[in-house]
Amino acid sequence: MGMAFHVNSLFLYALAIGVVLFVLTQSAFFLVRAYRRGKELGMETGKLKKTIVSTAVFTIAPAVSILIGVVTLSKFLGIPLPWIRMSVIGAITYELPAATSTANALGISLSETISDPRTYSAIAWVMTLGILPSIILPPILMKKIQGGMVKIKTKDGRWGDLFLTSMFLGMISAFLGMVFADVRRGIAGWVPIFVLLVSAAIMGVCGLLIKKCNMKWLETYALAVSMVGAMIFAVLITPLIQ
Amino acid sequence: MSQYMKDTDKYGKIWIWTAVVAVLMVPVAVCLYYNAWPQAGAVLKGLLGVAPIYWTVGVIEVITYTPMLGTGGTYLAFVTGNLTSLKAPSALNAMENADVKPGTEEGEVISTLAIATCSIVTTLVLVLGVCGLTLIAPILNSPVLVPAFDNILPALFGGLAVVYVSKNWKLAISPLIFMVLLFLAVPSLAGSVGVLVPVGVLIALAAARIMYKKGWV
Repeated sequence: MGMAFHVNSLFLYALAIGVVLFVLTQSAFFLVRAYRRGKELGMETGKLKKTIVSTAVFTIAPAVSILIGVVTLSKFLGIPLPWIRMSVIGAITYELPAATSTANALGISLSETISDPRTYSAIAWVMTLGILPSIILPPILMKKIQGGMVKIKTKDGRWGDLFLTSMFLGMISAFLGMVFADVRRGIAGWVPIFVLLVSAAIMGVCGLLIKKCNMKWLETYALAVSMVGAMIFAVLITPLIQ
Repeated sequence: MSQYMKDTDKYGKIWIWTAVVAVLMVPVAVCLYYNAWPQAGAVLKGLLGVAPIYWTVGVIEVITYTPMLGTGGTYLAFVTGNLTSLKAPSALNAMENADVKPGTEEGEVISTLAIATCSIVTTLVLVLGVCGLTLIAPILNSPVLVPAFDNILPALFGGLAVVYVSKNWKLAISPLIFMVLLFLAVPSLAGSVGVLVPVGVLIALAAARIMYKKGWV
């Protein structure tokens, strides 16, 4: 006989805290190493610090959206499991379908909190096994991929730079294209495009201020400012359009 | 390869394999503690619904993002997750602002700093959020805020695109046109944007190669 089960039990919270501590330690380890290496390479301390501050500020809004993912899943799975899944490898785009798929397989509804530990463990296994390749493959493929990149760069440095820039642009293009997916739904489907344009416009203004008015400090916050500005715009415009 | 890069690979591997064990221990611990091993059939059926897509995406993501994020960044980003929507854009923005190139050791340093900071801040926001969930859940769930978070990706990529696309518009134009037309033609693809990132990358690379050979870039 096992212990009495509850989706928000102390035991599950303890597991979650263990995972969180692991992630924090690993991140801190890499942060400190990279910072020290940057100084060894003669990079300015200011530049390294700016990277940290700028990223930290920019991360807050997306982190809150991940928190919303935890809240969404918590009605069904309790807090600890979604918290664990969103702290390691997870993404709401993956976790929700994984939980839904298992719930369907077991013939249970997603609207009630799980009370059967075997259902819970089945979902935990699907969520875990589903994302396993993303964590197992990097160490296996790293040498091959990085070796390939070194080959490209040593053969033709200019093409090596273009190669990496193009990869990033390919990624950005996929997301920019996605914004147009709802256009055929009428004016409400244009909201994401307006949001995109507002974000782009704010970023443009930030760029001008940085260059023309010498507001160098703004560089650190430009992406965060344009993102949050565009999100506020979305809140204002959506009720008007619907 | 410098000693730093060699060590990064060594430590990265140690951390990531430890993470594999830690991640697997979560369901094992649940099963042992509650003496609740699930039916294999239920797990298999559940996996069947997601694994074919997610395993494919997993393979593609590793191949696509590793060159962009660098060794340390990759080892960290794949453990902490939220790659496309957070880690990759933040690394790109940081390298752009610091004026360093991906694939160089300076790029490696900045990318790792950005991804580590991103992971720490995300984890801390989740900790704070979970602690105060009863207080903030009503705010987060309020209908007023729904559009803000529904539109977080356009809000993020709009700003990012201005900088990156305007600097490299010749390289950007082919994948951009392709993607816009694709999503206009097949709107339902929006749910599988992760799969389309490598498609965009391949198109961008092919177009870049042609333009490079012709001397246009």
